[in-house]
Amino acid sequence: MTQQNQRLAVSASGLRKSFGSKIVLDGIGLAIAEGTIFALLGPNGAGKTTTVQILSTLIPADAGEVRVAGHDVRAEPDLVRAAIGVTGQFSAVDNLLTGTENLLLMADLSHTDRREGRRRAAELLETFELTDAAGKPAMTFSGGMRRRLDLAMTLMIRPRILFLDEPTAGLDPRSRRRMWQIVRDLVAAGTTVFLTTQYLEEADELADQIAVLDNGRLVAEGTADELKRLVPGGHVRLRFAGQEELAAAARVLAGASPDAEALTLRVPGDGSAKSLRVLLDQLEARSIEAATLTVHTPDLDDVFLALTGHSGPGNKGEPR
Amino acid sequence: MSTSSYAIRDSATMLRRQLLHIRRYPGMTFGVLLIPVFMLLIFRYVFGATLGAGIGARTGGYINYLTPGIIVLAVTSASVATAVSVNTDMTEGIINRFRTMPIARVSVLTGHVLGSVIQTLAAAVVITALAVAFGFRPAASPAGWLGAIALVALLSFACTWVSVALGLLAKNPESASNYPLPLALLPFLGSAFVPAAAMAPGLRWFSEYQPFTPIIDTLRSLLLGTPAGSKPLIACAWCAGLAVAGYLCARALFNRGATTARSR
Repeated sequence: MTQQNQRLAVSASGLRKSFGSKIVLDGIGLAIAEGTIFALLGPNGAGKTTTVQILSTLIPADAGEVRVAGHDVRAEPDLVRAAIGVTGQFSAVDNLLTGTENLLLMADLSHTDRREGRRRAAELLETFELTDAAGKPAMTFSGGMRRRLDLAMTLMIRPRILFLDEPTAGLDPRSRRRMWQIVRDLVAAGTTVFLTTQYLEEADELADQIAVLDNGRLVAEGTADELKRLVPGGHVRLRFAGQEELAAAARVLAGASPDAEALTLRVPGDGSAKSLRVLLDQLEARSIEAATLTVHTPDLDDVFLALTGHSGPGNKGEPR
Repeated sequence: MSTSSYAIRDSATMLRRQLLHIRRYPGMTFGVLLIPVFMLLIFRYVFGATLGAGIGARTGGYINYLTPGIIVLAVTSASVATAVSVNTDMTEGIINRFRTMPIARVSVLTGHVLGSVIQTLAAAVVITALAVAFGFRPAASPAGWLGAIALVALLSFACTWVSVALGLLAKNPESASNYPLPLALLPFLGSAFVPAAAMAPGLRWFSEYQPFTPIIDTLRSLLLGTPAGSKPLIACAWCAGLAVAGYLCARALFNRGATTARSR
């Protein structure tokens, strides 16, 4: 299939899609190994949802070759569908059915044996902390519960490849962390996860591989660490007890930029042990004492800014 | 791994889903009954005496003439509910979930259609019972009853496929509730309340050749045990034609429908 030894859950090349005159995807290539978490990171309108819709057989691409679970999405959509599960950012639960009924609907549609379906439903309700609400119609669920039910429905069909389109958008921090743990557990059990997100933190926390999508093109790919290495911006932040020490230290340390109000000094550096020792020795030699020291490594926000030229994703607000 | 072998199983699953909806949301069924029951009362107790005298209603008075028309009206007014429910389904995320599963695609629609036919038949039973309470005296033979049930089911099947197509065509549930209105109005311009012969010349011509006149006339003959002539054939042909047209349009619209709801 490819020159790589590792089997690919998703592979795509030259993927293109336009809606009318608007080019949404402008030649995208993907190679996602089985059993890994891949994050497609980008702002609103970057083309993330469109990518998921093409990979999950919902809409056809204009051009390009796409294989999911080893099958061409255009030629063998049902074989692709048999391998995947999709949970989008818009709720895909049946509001008039109860939690349990929603799950059993999935069991029936995946042609699962009735008893096995009931067992699996009970297990997922337990895992997703929905047991108490299992008998209530989904329309009475809170946003977080609905999202969990949504994912539980997808997991009823035991997908080998799971597409999660902004799975934590709009969730509170606690629900978000719970969702992350669920994703990690799934991957530990062998599932491949394709995740889209506009939260840098989320990609950093979860993903083995990250691709940054901006205006329909992949502008960077790699692990979180590899991406961070692409941008300078590491620094050490020293905080002092008073203005005198701050001023003294600012004179001593090369390239330092003081912030008189916060009594902090920002010194460029990669935060390695060696460079920290040199820094502290310089202060020691002049008897300047720093109150605290923090090392700041570039985060994906810095990466995003450097790569796309516009600050943090999510506030670009370009509708698609 | 042919999905077509699962078509029946998936359709049965989708039908179960529709029946759960009907049970959980009885307001929709009452909505289906509201207009026909209202019409039954108005035409029985307000206009009945005058209309009955005007058209020279014979045995049993005007309600015997009226009831079959009201039953057909119930079928068409149920199609409004179907269009709304199909459209709601399409504009919610759940349809995209179904589309990404290896299920027989048409089962989503057949579930709606079968659920709706069952709902409509139940509504027809309620209306017939009410009509009997208001003085309707059917004179159907057992075969006549069976024929009447079959005709109502067939008409409901046809109207439902048409309204599924209309529900798929509509952009939102509001317009989905408007699109089937012509269908719901046609019985009024047919022989539901007065025979075509009693209408103004232009309208009479329209009334004679539109689908609902032979359908209502056939149902009336079956329920009252009067001769129907060639009308049952014409009625069945109309129903079959509407069903096939509705099915083909619905299938094309459903397969075309690329996730307008979610691609924002």
